[in-house]
Amino acid sequence: MSAVTAEHVDHHDDHDHGPAKGLLRWVITTNHKDIGTLYLVFALAMFFVGGIMAMIIRAELFEPGLQFVQPQFFNSMTTMHALVMVFGAVMPAFVGLANWMIPMMIGAPDMALPRMNNMSFWLLVSGVLLLASTLFMEGGSPAAGWTLYPPLVLQTGNALPFAVFSVHLLGISSIMGAINIIATIFNMRAPGMTLMKMPLFVWTWLITGFLLIAIMPVFAGAVTMLLTDKFFGTSFFDAAGGGDPILYQHIFWFFGHPEVYVMILPTFGVASTIIPVFARKPLFGYSSMVYATASIAFLSFIVWAHHMFTVGMPVAGELYFMYATMLIAIPTGVKVFNWTATMWKGSLTFETPMLFSIAFVVLFTMGGFTGLMMSIAPSDFQYHDTYFIVAHFHYTLVPASVFILMAAGYYWLPKWTGHMYNEKIGQLHFWLSAVSVNILFFPQHFLGLAGMPRRIPDYAVQFADWNMISSIGGFIFGASQLLFLYIVIDTIRGGTGEKVTDEVWEDAHKHGLEWTLPSPPPYHTFTTPPTVIPTEHI
Amino acid sequence: MSTNVAYYIPHKATWPVIATAGLVTMLAGFANYLNGSSIGPTLMVVGLVIFIVMLAGWFTLQSGESESGMYNTQVGISYRMGMMWFIFSEIMFFAVFFGTLYYTRNLSVPWLGGEGTGAATKELLWPTFEATWPTNGPKGLGVDASGARTFGAEFEPMGAWGLPFLNTLILLTSGVTCTWAHHGLLAKNRDQLIKGLIATVALGFTFVAFQAFEYHEAYTEMGLTLGSGIYGSTFFMLTGFHGFHVCIGAIILSVVLFRSTRGHFKPENHFAFEAAAWYWHFVDVVWLGLFVFVYLM
Ligand code: HEM
Ligand SMILES: [Cu+2]
Repeated sequence: MSAVTAEHVDHHDDHDHGPAKGLLRWVITTNHKDIGTLYLVFALAMFFVGGIMAMIIRAELFEPGLQFVQPQFFNSMTTMHALVMVFGAVMPAFVGLANWMIPMMIGAPDMALPRMNNMSFWLLVSGVLLLASTLFMEGGSPAAGWTLYPPLVLQTGNALPFAVFSVHLLGISSIMGAINIIATIFNMRAPGMTLMKMPLFVWTWLITGFLLIAIMPVFAGAVTMLLTDKFFGTSFFDAAGGGDPILYQHIFWFFGHPEVYVMILPTFGVASTIIPVFARKPLFGYSSMVYATASIAFLSFIVWAHHMFTVGMPVAGELYFMYATMLIAIPTGVKVFNWTATMWKGSLTFETPMLFSIAFVVLFTMGGFTGLMMSIAPSDFQYHDTYFIVAHFHYTLVPASVFILMAAGYYWLPKWTGHMYNEKIGQLHFWLSAVSVNILFFPQHFLGLAGMPRRIPDYAVQFADWNMISSIGGFIFGASQLLFLYIVIDTIRGGTGEKVTDEVWEDAHKHGLEWTLPSPPPYHTFTTPPTVIPTEHI
Repeated sequence: MSTNVAYYIPHKATWPVIATAGLVTMLAGFANYLNGSSIGPTLMVVGLVIFIVMLAGWFTLQSGESESGMYNTQVGISYRMGMMWFIFSEIMFFAVFFGTLYYTRNLSVPWLGGEGTGAATKELLWPTFEATWPTNGPKGLGVDASGARTFGAEFEPMGAWGLPFLNTLILLTSGVTCTWAHHGLLAKNRDQLIKGLIATVALGFTFVAFQAFEYHEAYTEMGLTLGSGIYGSTFFMLTGFHGFHVCIGAIILSVVLFRSTRGHFKPENHFAFEAAAWYWHFVDVVWLGLFVFVYLM
């Protein structure tokens, strides 16, 4: 295909197009690249804030007994760590990628609703600020776990209404972001960019957007009822008035299970984008990837009570949720086989983005398998609320979502900045992360199987050895991420000094429109739609 | 894409940050108020003022842009999609409370009464509890005049055929007047457009007034409050959020009415009217659900 020529890139129809001067630029911007950058920078900052909380948790668990923090504060840390990582780091990071990449991937001049885009970002910031402010309140931050189960969460001090309103703000932010993404994908594609020609990252975000709009209001409703139960005398979750605390769990997990797919589907999308480039082959099974994503999204709505096997559901419920959950392994398996088949007999090279992606395929599969183990209801009576489940979801989130976010960073930073990152340090970052993440989380499987409960600051001495090993892995993992911070800053400031080409990676232009644009791309791109659509992935 | 005007991309937006500031001030104020802090109400008022100014400013900006023809068909499609998905999110929000009503009526209350796996629970905890609907639970929760928790309270459930039925007729009629106004707009009959909108807005606010009256009756005459166990909780939560949405819808329609009197909207370009009308019909349909599941059944 021919590269998109400069006239496609610099052509403007309006008269007011440069960014505003100074810091104000970032406050009032409507540009998808600016907003993407804001989201990514914010997410990275929150990744470290959440990371410090994780370090506190691992420090306390280094040895049995109470070392550094009070139990209440320890539980605040597990709660806040999860909330900050989920709502402050992983989700915003993917929204940032969506902002940067979707318009460039589908040949659109910007997001469909640019003003709302700006508002989504600032709502996110204010939601996270409200949440963070609870750290300094009487009674401390919420400490009932990120699931905010009543009746325990109703014992929270002054923090409760702030946490509830924070969820509302984050919810509005996510819904606006999702609406924007969906409208962009449906309405802003360049001529010829048919749905089945879209890069998988775009597809997975389309489906994720739908999930978000469907579930964020559900979470908002659930916490609203917490608020009224606490302050307005309702008894939604109080059996004395005819309500039921288990009802909260049903509502929460109706949100919560699709929510974990909100974090993993875009991950799948990025992996499907990166692996073919470094395997120098088209993605294996493009359309099966699309259908698998859609099936996972559909199934995610009908499996929620696998988080509640031990609450005393009727047996029919246990069985139904067990089998339905197992079904998810099928489309997930399709994806894993497709990535493997994409690499099969490819001319692979192992630059940092590819290393992180391969690690993702392997380690995510681990998380999928433990998920399958827990989906067996009778077995889950043993695993539930132990470190086994902590190991499960960290395998699906850290060496999966977070690794792929790292991969995305390495993959697109040269495009965004026009500079090449330092490959040596990148590889070092990868190997340190990949080894330490396993030292950190693998032992937690053993701890859980042996019966160590989650969310406790102290434990029986028989768990001491694996906890210490896990903590050591945690410290190494945490410290290694500083390398990533260094690389990001270094690359923005010039990196290796090597001039990167438009396509950056060999033949990348066959895989996506973004590689036909200059590196870095100008402030406005595709103000007139491109005419040639890459079709390599089909 | 079919028009020759390029897709309009606004630059340097100030209203979104102001909107966020207003919203977060209001919520922080509300949270402080709930915690008993004295700055709460002040913050809430400040936030509300910021928010109202923002609404006026942002609406003016958008309608000005729309009227000066800056939005092509493709922009219009983006706005319509935005509105449709927003309404979908609202449907999911209401689904939570309808789901809660379903769950408590059909599962948790019968379980408390000993059904299914609840036999032991009933025997051990509340052996005398009879699972019926409406209920304020095994402990008969209620609140007294001072707002304090009471037990073994009695209350009278809300009937369907008085004010609620009248309100159903009102909302259904307002749906008709709204559509009639739309026909006026399409037929370039501005008089019909404005009259239709006035009727719709008036019916909307009448609905809210009747609802307020109904709440007053409930609190003062029937012993039915938000604290009346699960019946009171679901009743006021569902009807309350619905009433709040009627207010929002009526305010949006008022803005559309105001713009109509200023000569805004053309038969081929009237997104704001459509959005308001969709929203109004959505609120209408939710009410029908409420009437059946909350009042009738
Ligand atoms: C093959 C697919 C999967 C299956 C069968 C599965 C199954 C399960 C089950 C049964 C539980 C409940 C365990 C318990 O509480 O006893 C669980 C928990 C969890 N899963 Fe998965 N899972 C899968 C994939 C994922 C993915 C992709 C993610 C995230 C990206 C994820 C994130 C989580 C989280 C966060 C929890 C714990 C929630 C909590 O209690 O705090 N899972 N999973
Ligand atoms: Cu789940």
